[in-house]
Amino acid sequence: MAELNTGDGGGGKDKKVRSKKQNSKVDLTAMVDLAFLLITFFMLTTTLSKPKAMELGLPDKEDPKQKNVDIKVDENRTMTILLGKDNKLVRYVGLLATPVAGGAPKEFAYGKEGIRKELLSRKASVLAYSTAKGKPKNGMIVIIKPSKKSNYRNLVDILDEMGIVEVPTYAIVNEFTPEETKLLEGK
Amino acid sequence: MAVKTQKKATSIDMTAMCDVAFLLLTFFILTATAKVPEALPVDMPASTVQSKLPENNLATLTIGKGKVFFDLKGREVRVKALEMMAQKYGVEFTEDDKKEFSIMEGFGVPIGNLKQIIEMKSAERSKAGQTGVPKDSLDNQLAEWIQFARRANIDINDKELEIAIKGDAKEEYPSIKKVMDILQDQGINSFSLVTGLRGKNF
Repeated sequence: MAELNTGDGGGGKDKKVRSKKQNSKVDLTAMVDLAFLLITFFMLTTTLSKPKAMELGLPDKEDPKQKNVDIKVDENRTMTILLGKDNKLVRYVGLLATPVAGGAPKEFAYGKEGIRKELLSRKASVLAYSTAKGKPKNGMIVIIKPSKKSNYRNLVDILDEMGIVEVPTYAIVNEFTPEETKLLEGK
Repeated sequence: MAVKTQKKATSIDMTAMCDVAFLLLTFFILTATAKVPEALPVDMPASTVQSKLPENNLATLTIGKGKVFFDLKGREVRVKALEMMAQKYGVEFTEDDKKEFSIMEGFGVPIGNLKQIIEMKSAERSKAGQTGVPKDSLDNQLAEWIQFARRANIDINDKELEIAIKGDAKEEYPSIKKVMDILQDQGINSFSLVTGLRGKNF
C-alpha cells in the first residue's frame, strides 16, 4: 500500500529541531518605488490643478444722462475684431467703410497661425507708422466686439491673444453697427 | 601578484530612503486640499495666463447653462453674508444651518429655497436641480449677494472682496455680459476670469 510520508514519521527522533534562520533584511526596493511614485503624483497634482486667473479691467460704465464726448482716435491705429458664432472671427483695420490698405474685412482663425500672426504684423506696422509721425508711444488699439452668438471661450481666447501679443490698448465694445452684423452673418 | 576585485554588496540598505520617501508622501497627502465637489461643473476655457487665483477674499460666480452659482471663501464671511441676506429677505436660519452653510460648496437657488439645500446631504445637492441665483432686474438676488458678501468681507477681513467669473467655455456671451453688467453696476470694474492652463503654441 502506498504510504503517506509525513514529515515526522520514522527516524526523525534524534534530529535536533532547528529553528529556521530568517533573513532579517527585507527588500525595500519595491516599497520605495511605490512611495516615490505616489510622491510624484501628489506633488504634480497639487501644483498643476490650481486654476489660473485672468485679470480683466473694464472702463467705468457711462452715465446715460451724461452725454459722452467722443474721443478722436487715429483710424490707422485701430483694429476691430468681431467675434461671431461657431468660432468665426472677422477683423478689419481702420474704419469699416474706408479700411486702411490691406485692412479690408477678412476672416481669421484663432490661435498661433491665424489672428496672432496678423496682430503681430499689424502691431509692427502701427509702430512704424507712429514712429514716422514722431509719436512712438502710440501703439495699436484693438476693439473687441463679441456678438451675441459668440461664446465665452472665444472671448477668453481673444483676450489671451492680447496678452501674448502685448497689445497696449484694447477694449471690449458691445455695440454693433448694422454693417458689422451683416459682415458676421454674410458668406 | 593577482589583483583581487573587491566583492561588493549587491543590496543597499533602503531603510533610510524609505523613511524619507514616506515622510514626504505623508506631507504631500496632508497638504493636498481635497477637491470640493462643485455644485455646477463647468468646462473652463484655457489661457496662457500664469497668475493664480487668490485663496481667500474671493467670491466665485460660476456661469453655465444660463445659470449662475455663487460661492464665497471664508467661513465667517459666509455666515455674515447669509445673515445679512436673511435679514433683508426675512428668512430664518438656525445656528446649525449657518454652520452647515459656512462649509458647503457654492449654491444656485433663490434665498427662499436655500434652507432646503443646506439641509440636504452634499451628494444630494448636486442632483437637486438647482436653478441658479435669480439675476433678473426685478429680483436681482445675485447683486444682493455680491453686495452683502463685499460688506461682510470688509467687516471681517478689512479687505475689498475680489470677484472671479468662472464661465463654461460654451456659454454664450450675453449671459456672461449680464453678470459683468451686474458687477459694473456696483462699481466693480476689475475682476478675474478663471481659466485653465495651456501652452503658447496652441
